Amino acid sequence: MSTLTKSTFVSGLFEVLPNTFSSLRQIGKENFYVQGFPSLKDEEYKFTPIAKKLETGLTNFSPAIPVIISAEQINKAVPTGFEGVVLVFSNGKFLPELSSSVDGLTVNFLSKNESTPIGSIAKAEKDPFVALNQATFIDGICISIEKKKEITLPILLLQFHQAAEGQVISPRIWIEAGDFAKASFIDYSISLDNSPYFVNKVVEIKGGIHTDLTYHSLQEENNQVIQVNALVTDIQQDSQFTSTQITLSGDLVRNNLTLNLLGSNSVGNMFGIYLLNGKTHVDNHTNVDHTLPHAESNELYKGILADQSRGVFNGKIFVRQAAQKTNAFQQNNNILLSEDAIINTKPQLEIWADDVKCSHGCTVGQLDEEALFYLQARGIDKTTARGLLLYAFAGEVLEKIELESLRNFITTKIQERLGSKF
Amino acid sequence: MLSIKNLHASIEGTPILRGINLEVKAGEVHAIMGPNGSGKSTLASVLAGREEYEVTEGEVFFQGKELLELSPEDRAREGVFLAFQYPIEIPGVSTTNFLRTALNQVREYRGLEPLDAVKFLSLMKEKMALVEIDQKLLSRSLNEGFSGGEKKRNEIFQMAMLEPVLSILDETDSGLDIDALRIVSNGVNKLKSKKSATIVVTHYQRLLDYIVPDFVHVLYKGRIVKSGTKELALELEEKGYDWIKEEVDSTATV
Repeated sequence: MSTLTKSTFVSGLFEVLPNTFSSLRQIGKENFYVQGFPSLKDEEYKFTPIAKKLETGLTNFSPAIPVIISAEQINKAVPTGFEGVVLVFSNGKFLPELSSSVDGLTVNFLSKNESTPIGSIAKAEKDPFVALNQATFIDGICISIEKKKEITLPILLLQFHQAAEGQVISPRIWIEAGDFAKASFIDYSISLDNSPYFVNKVVEIKGGIHTDLTYHSLQEENNQVIQVNALVTDIQQDSQFTSTQITLSGDLVRNNLTLNLLGSNSVGNMFGIYLLNGKTHVDNHTNVDHTLPHAESNELYKGILADQSRGVFNGKIFVRQAAQKTNAFQQNNNILLSEDAIINTKPQLEIWADDVKCSHGCTVGQLDEEALFYLQARGIDKTTARGLLLYAFAGEVLEKIELESLRNFITTKIQERLGSKF
Repeated sequence: MLSIKNLHASIEGTPILRGINLEVKAGEVHAIMGPNGSGKSTLASVLAGREEYEVTEGEVFFQGKELLELSPEDRAREGVFLAFQYPIEIPGVSTTNFLRTALNQVREYRGLEPLDAVKFLSLMKEKMALVEIDQKLLSRSLNEGFSGGEKKRNEIFQMAMLEPVLSILDETDSGLDIDALRIVSNGVNKLKSKKSATIVVTHYQRLLDYIVPDFVHVLYKGRIVKSGTKELALELEEKGYDWIKEEVDSTATV
């Protein structure tokens, strides 16, 4: 950790901080200065030169202020056929006047609800980006789902981003679901123009017992954007949590996903697709912590990398001594479409219990030329044939998306990409 | 319909075909036989446009067009169909979906309107009966987990759907039990017409009891060394390939 990355160039962020959560911000700031931005020497950031990127890529390290969002922009962004709740954000700031709601769902500004225990799940001492967010977020929201409430309508978080050269956007979201609650979220982040900025987002999700929560994240920001996203969730007994992470663009994207399986019979699912071209660099670090017996985790990430894009996958499965009868499955498959594309993939299993079922596997390959010829030999042109094969490859993850309008929306996006650029 | 003239082809610099000459007319069935490694499958692959093979000499005319100039997909659209010796398994793509894409691209090339879902389905039902293939199988991923017989039946089913002018069956009999062989052959026979032709590539005569050829050619060391009628196949069945090898090798050394 260089002193440069610790101090000077971030100081602009700390100049004017809101006067909410002041002790928490102080803790965040201290933790950030202790840790600094991770360098390539840091094992967790070995392949992702985030500090260098931030130093050279951002000239104006100051918080971005919200911009005005129009109804047209919202209509354009909402997936066709989507029926549900829409929560609109501008540079991380919640815009209640443009948002809708539903029975059983409460959305509040964090500034109006300072008792929210933010930082208790995503911990500042464990992650410098979480610490930085904790110190500098402008405002955030807390979303609560009433006990026993099954919200059937999906909840779409539309995150519009537009910042002047190199500003920082620090969204902070706290989600709390009462016992037996059920809800499905779609976090969709969109750039409003092509200027570079840095998103440093933290989402904390605290579920009660017997909850069923799904968090889809769709990243489609411009190719100058640097972003670090932390999603941390505590999963209690008899509960299920599913994360789906779709990344289609960006300059450098780092997703830190942490699932704490804190109860028996809990299930954690982690699915992802990264479809990259140009020079996009996407790093998915996932971490699932099995703490008690009879819990299960399933992980499937698929990557298609073209041009000079780069992917990193690191899947950590931690099975504690008490977590007997754990089932943990992990799979990461990649197709490289060009000689210049790179993937670094690593399963990382740490198992302290002796009666568990764990499996992992990663593959890196090219498009199957035999299959391509087979399709061509039936009259299908090469571009379509490639598209069909790549789509089929990604399809295994798309099938996991239960929400039909979202699945169709993402499918169309992926097919468009595969039909043209790839 | 098909005219192969002095065709030479090699793979990674190794010559496999060393001057094939063959004339196939509409309505005919030609069998290409020969020992292992004689170049039978290479011939089938070169005609279908597999890229690993480099054509070093010769030409192929198909209905007046230079076949070797066409991409694999355009050959298929022109009416060439290769039934693969080893049909590829493609996870995630259903036979139905894949065939609809293929058929509509072929139809577009031929200036026909695309088939809508209803018409496609009724065409499928009609052709399914031909090879006694189950619809459930077709909604599954293409060839994935299919038995050997199911894969070959699926090949003939695809052939029925695409209505080719020239069908090339590459060792379609390999790995088939007698019932499957009968079903597959029946399918092929029903698809024969005066306007179309069939090339059957096989190692064994057995298949030719079901798909009766007008001409039999023996391929050895990349050339057609003997041609005859279906009796030649029976002779090969009885005597094996050694006598032909000897005949060819002895004349070659003279």
